[in-house]
Amino acid sequence: MKSESTLKNTISGSLSQREASVFNWAPQKQDQFVFASMRVLSSFVILILVALMVMLIKTAWPVLVDQGTNFFTQSIWNPVDEEFSALPLIYGTMITTFIAVIIAAPISIMVALFVNEVLTPKLAKLVGLFVEMIAAVPSIVFGLWGIFYLGPFIKNTLAPFLKEHFGYLPLFQGPSFGIGVLTASLILSVMITPTITSICREVFKTVPAMRKEGALGLGATKFEMMLLTIVRPSFSGIVGAIVLGTGRALGETMAVAMVIGNQPQIKASLFAPAATMASIIANEYAEADSEMHIAALCGVGLVLFVLTLIVNLVARSIVWNYNRSSK
Amino acid sequence: MKNILAVVLLGLGFNAFGMTKINGAGATFPYPIYSKWFSEYKSKNAEIEINYQSIGSGGGIRQVLKQTVDFGATDAPMNAKDKSEAPYKISHIPTVLGAVVPVINVKAVNGLKLDGETLAQIFMGKITKWNHPTLLKLNPKAKLPNEDILVVRRADGSGTTSVFADYLSTVSKDWESTVGRGKSLQWPVGIGSKGNEGVTATVKQTEGAIGYVELSYAITNKLSMVAMKNKAGQFVSPTVESISKAAEGANDPTAEYTASIVDSSAKGAFPIAAFTYLLLPEKNDDMNNKEIRKFIKWALTDGQKFAKDLYYSPLPKKVAKQVLEKLK
Repeated sequence: MKSESTLKNTISGSLSQREASVFNWAPQKQDQFVFASMRVLSSFVILILVALMVMLIKTAWPVLVDQGTNFFTQSIWNPVDEEFSALPLIYGTMITTFIAVIIAAPISIMVALFVNEVLTPKLAKLVGLFVEMIAAVPSIVFGLWGIFYLGPFIKNTLAPFLKEHFGYLPLFQGPSFGIGVLTASLILSVMITPTITSICREVFKTVPAMRKEGALGLGATKFEMMLLTIVRPSFSGIVGAIVLGTGRALGETMAVAMVIGNQPQIKASLFAPAATMASIIANEYAEADSEMHIAALCGVGLVLFVLTLIVNLVARSIVWNYNRSSK
Repeated sequence: MKNILAVVLLGLGFNAFGMTKINGAGATFPYPIYSKWFSEYKSKNAEIEINYQSIGSGGGIRQVLKQTVDFGATDAPMNAKDKSEAPYKISHIPTVLGAVVPVINVKAVNGLKLDGETLAQIFMGKITKWNHPTLLKLNPKAKLPNEDILVVRRADGSGTTSVFADYLSTVSKDWESTVGRGKSLQWPVGIGSKGNEGVTATVKQTEGAIGYVELSYAITNKLSMVAMKNKAGQFVSPTVESISKAAEGANDPTAEYTASIVDSSAKGAFPIAAFTYLLLPEKNDDMNNKEIRKFIKWALTDGQKFAKDLYYSPLPKKVAKQVLEKLK
């Protein structure tokens, strides 16, 4: 306690001192100084992004030259013969993200509606807090949960069920060992639910109460009210939320690496193992000792970087447009 | 505040006058035995402190080449290109032996027997059922079920994979031409798990699985280990002793023992074994280097008795003696 109060004293003391000595400039000059320094600092953020890009391209260059277009078209990843292609990894990332979003998006929207519109404010706060707490769970914990609980559940319960009822689809054929695309997708869907939910909730909150009351006054049921006055006008906001969730799923590494089976291949079955761009970098980088192998991993990193950049840009532009049109 | 400052100063003083700090980095596989050695050695020589970071063999080699550490450690010997980049001559010093053990999870089957070619066929996906005729022929008494085999392997690049692939390449032409040797491979079938612990967890949970892990993981997790047929035609279970025997056939006048010892021709030897090495730059004028040499002398004599409890195999006496003579 004592030290805290002395600390406060020193801070306020030094502040008044500074006002007297260091910043004894004209107000305009102060503004100019702060503005200039802020500008330098914020341009560093952009510089870092550019530097990252340059570094990735530089390190990945050997593999791009050596493999040419094969780096994007072949289904091969062979560190022994140094033949690399990002295609199976792009596929793995895309398919897991796609399934995760398909599952998570409707659930998140419904959760957001339920929390905002159905629950009493106190309960809403509590449930909202719990949903957002999922986002705070470390991804390695999700990975462990995937190995020890979700994997066996899929192997023993979900996969036999899917095979029995939808076995005619190539998606659900072949043996399931509880580790593979489906498990990774399910874990990802849980992980991105809080992201989508909390953004959707914010978007839904912007709907004026008058409109909701108006709809109810015109005789709409609660469901119709939600659909007409909340979901439909919020469409672009919802899309923005989903794209941000997609961005998170694209880059998720540890949880996916633990449950996807890490086999760079393109198979129709969701039970089969695959590998994602992030998982293969995490797995192989530490012990990659040939230059080409490191270049290939950096090449994969470059593709992932560009992909997430595009996804985020799309999300931002949708949210911007939405904000502009709603104003 | 004054007290803290005093303590910090005191610590700095100790560093400057009394303590020798030695830094090393490298392989994760021997980390348990190395850290045991370092702490035992420190209890005898209080002024020597050895720090070791288990960042992986590849990292160990890179750090030694950049001279950021006093010594390195690796499972796979350095290749010619790395050696040529070294600012000093770097010698390999074998410290203990380890083994890679095929493990299975098949109900009511214990002590499965396999030979190298069959193991390669399984990991290439050419034998896909547990009751395949070849397996039945090798194990006439076992009740092998009509079940799919799930191949589990390491997803991360690792020395374990390198030893395993080296063995399969040595015993199977088919494996050598289609898959080959390396820390990361293009696996024809199976699923990849992260680390020894990942492979252990997957094999333990999945009926019908076969994987490969280091001996200590197989024993402490009570996995069902496979007895392998060695060059002498015997089926040998992996034990600390049978792994030591794998090194008995080896002979290297330079005492570096960097040649592979898989598929050893010694009697009673488990065939999938390998040395793990310390990488020592040959700098005779360096104080730290002298201390490391002293430490190694201790590790290869008195230190060897700690190996067995941690499921590492001590060096055969002949090998240890030869390495020590070279160190002098």
